Amino acid sequence: MQLSRDDLIGAYRRMATIRAFEERLHDEIKTGEIAGFTHLYAGQEAVAVGVCDHLTVDDMIVSTHRGHGHCIAKGCDVKGMMQEIYGRAGGLCKGRGGSMHIADLSVGMLGANGIVGGGAPQAVGAAIAARLNGKGRVAIAFSGDGACNQGTTFEAMNMAVVTKVPAIFVFENNHYSEHTGVDYAVGTNKDIASRAEAFGMKAWRANGCDYFETYETMRELLDYVRAGNGPAAIELDTERFYGHFEGDPQRYRGKGELDRIREERDCLKAFRARVGEAKLLDLADLDAVDAEVADLIEAATVEARAAPPPDPETVADDVYIDYV
Amino acid sequence: MAVMTIRDAIVATLHAEMERDPDIILLGEDVVGGNGTAGGPEAIGGIWGTSGGLFDKFGPERVIDTPISESAIVGAAAGAALAGKRPVAELMFADFVGVSLDQIWNQIAKFRYMFGGKTKCPAVVRLVYGAGMQTAAQHSQSVYAMLTAMPGLKVVLPTTPIDAKGLLTEALRGDDPVMFFEHKALYGVKGEVPDGDHRQRFGEARMVREGGDVTLVTCGRMVNFSEKAADKLAADGIGIDLIDLRTTSPLDEEAILDSVEATGRLVVVDESPPRCSLAADIAALVTTKAFTSLKAPPELVTGPHSPIPFARELERAWVPSPQKIEAAVRRALGF
Repeated sequence: MQLSRDDLIGAYRRMATIRAFEERLHDEIKTGEIAGFTHLYAGQEAVAVGVCDHLTVDDMIVSTHRGHGHCIAKGCDVKGMMQEIYGRAGGLCKGRGGSMHIADLSVGMLGANGIVGGGAPQAVGAAIAARLNGKGRVAIAFSGDGACNQGTTFEAMNMAVVTKVPAIFVFENNHYSEHTGVDYAVGTNKDIASRAEAFGMKAWRANGCDYFETYETMRELLDYVRAGNGPAAIELDTERFYGHFEGDPQRYRGKGELDRIREERDCLKAFRARVGEAKLLDLADLDAVDAEVADLIEAATVEARAAPPPDPETVADDVYIDYV
Repeated sequence: MAVMTIRDAIVATLHAEMERDPDIILLGEDVVGGNGTAGGPEAIGGIWGTSGGLFDKFGPERVIDTPISESAIVGAAAGAALAGKRPVAELMFADFVGVSLDQIWNQIAKFRYMFGGKTKCPAVVRLVYGAGMQTAAQHSQSVYAMLTAMPGLKVVLPTTPIDAKGLLTEALRGDDPVMFFEHKALYGVKGEVPDGDHRQRFGEARMVREGGDVTLVTCGRMVNFSEKAADKLAADGIGIDLIDLRTTSPLDEEAILDSVEATGRLVVVDESPPRCSLAADIAALVTTKAFTSLKAPPELVTGPHSPIPFARELERAWVPSPQKIEAAVRRALGF
């Protein structure tokens, strides 16, 4: 199925929004105004957008500590996210969560997660719920190559296969588990998809720096899962443009590595090149999107900086719904 | 009104509530049992006999046998709850909380708060706990104090069939996560259970008896042991205010403090080691909030600072006994 002009512009807008959001955070964090741990998603945009562009609000995702991209791709409010990261009362989670705990259940975003591997079992539960609701909906666990080594992820994959639920395991292999290389930490010959296959589910592999390849592969995968064939997995080969967290000196990187991946593996550059060569869009249209995105991120940042902090009196609110 | 055991009250409540609310699902190891065997599903029906007939009635999409994967069991309950269902996850032994702890204390307990109060996570985790059956160090613990310490969780310990029904119904109709503790030595306890709807609010302790001389605060199986001690003491004319907490989170502080203000003497009985225990918590509450009422130091009856042993003689030495409870009351009175 050919992507329409609106589809293409929308996909580019979502990827560009993630990139601009993360690059702005990278700059703003240096000012000292943003506290805590921030893990940037820049470089991996084609994964989040290529996956979530197939989903409706009734499909659910669980995310990771590197979750800003998943949030934006699933439809979380960008200004609300920025306020959350600034720790403001008007943040998506009222400043209670911060960068690692953004959620918006109204758009099917069940939560970023500060615990590596914490989300995969939750996607199985969400998939149990999705099956009961009976509308062909799915639940997706985004996991990195780090989370693929957690026992929770193994348990979740096996339980999904045993219970035959519509859970999808999206493994984003950005080659680094925090500061340790995937060559060292993933024992199965660097190959994550084969683990999913070993648990008895069908698995796909695609270039996660290519929106079109990711999108088309996910279409095939989702057709398979929505048809009631049980869970599935995909390993997407991608790149992390920044460190594990902001402030990470990245001494583990090879000489010239960052320049090379930004030159050769930038999903936004690849997208522009592809739509330009194929004459699918006028590049001026994408320039216009870039300008709109820049305005949005500027406004989100200015508003977040000026927004009021939470009232200390509310520190123990919202622990329970009803507590005597 | 029917007379039944705690076990049967739990089964009956699960049947009634799952019939009432199609969003309730049950998952755990062998909650069905027999899947993948020659005997077929329901060959076991739950090793504690608390899920009999549910699979036949509600089917495999709502009554889900899981692999032995406690993190995934509780994690799936967490995800299903976020997705709008009311999961009941069974941990065959409360000790296995250790295997699944991240999903309980970093996930279920914190979702609502971390996400700014915009979500609910009505997951019920049923934990089979307690010593007394020589199940040794890894299958006998009462880990309620640890979970009581975690904001975001409610912790419930029924000691009678009527409370088993009332508290489980309340757990399944409320919107907060509940850790529902079932003592393995209490499943056979019989009592009257009302027909129809019965809900027991959390945070309302049960005054088992009012005697006026000493306040005895406890929960779980220790309520029964304390009753035995209270019977012995009554023969000597010593009257006990015996408080069954029913829930340790929320805690009925008022019931405890009101009684201590009248008696001036506190004994807490807790089936767990002494450090950072429920006993220590209640003693701190009373000494900080009712200090001037106290006529004697609080007496804490707990197990020793050791794992729970296997041999019958050792296990009996570990668990607080009616004799130890009785002696503690006499010490409180003799101070």
